[in-house]
Amino acid sequence: MADAPKIRVPKTAKKGEIVEIKTLMPHIMESGQRKDKDGKTIPRKIINKFVAEFNGKPVFSADMDPAIAANPYLQFNAKVNESGTFKFSWTDDDGTVTTSEQKIEVA
Amino acid sequence: AFSVFGLGTGAQATPETAAAEIAKFAGGKAPVAGKITIELPEIAENGNTVPLAISVDAPMTEDDYVTDVLVLADGNPNPGVATFHFTPLSGKADASTRIRLATTQNIVVTAKTSKGAVYTASKLVKVTIGGCGG
Repeated sequence: MADAPKIRVPKTAKKGEIVEIKTLMPHIMESGQRKDKDGKTIPRKIINKFVAEFNGKPVFSADMDPAIAANPYLQFNAKVNESGTFKFSWTDDDGTVTTSEQKIEVA
Repeated sequence: AFSVFGLGTGAQATPETAAAEIAKFAGGKAPVAGKITIELPEIAENGNTVPLAISVDAPMTEDDYVTDVLVLADGNPNPGVATFHFTPLSGKADASTRIRLATTQNIVVTAKTSKGAVYTASKLVKVTIGGCGG
């Protein structure tokens, strides 16, 4: 149901380098503050958690509240000491988890 | 359309609500001002999407690293914006995102480290068109 997340991770890096990672997850991030035309509150539905791991180890994560803007954008860093795979996951309030992987070659 | 964000029962965040959240996060420890850079536009033309970048000037080694960063907006209907969690593999305790702001207010950022240090900083952002009601 969710559109695919967009990720920017360098394809290569030097051992010990700190790389910058950018992620964008298409999502309305319904805050729970809006009312529909009949005056009824539109229920909250957001991505409430993002997790980034590298080769199975935690790198960065974010707990998000409705004050995060629609299509949540997160930029962060990772120190890479070896080649491997980043795994990113986004969790919706309804329990749906969307994941994406990206490999990096580290020399 | 006008930014109506359904105040309803009027439960608006106040700086006191934000302060209570910080006290909980800091485990009752008094945060020290500093070490945190908050990048925000001085004036946010569109409260629906305001770029925010945070940087904590602290080590990120195995035995001394920033563990968590709490971001609050003291004038939004609810003060919580995000909590960022870092590990030594983060390399830097930096993060950027885009946030929604209902009105002119302070963004208050509090960081804690694996050694128990707690830092805090805040920045005022002026909002011309509030963005919670979409």
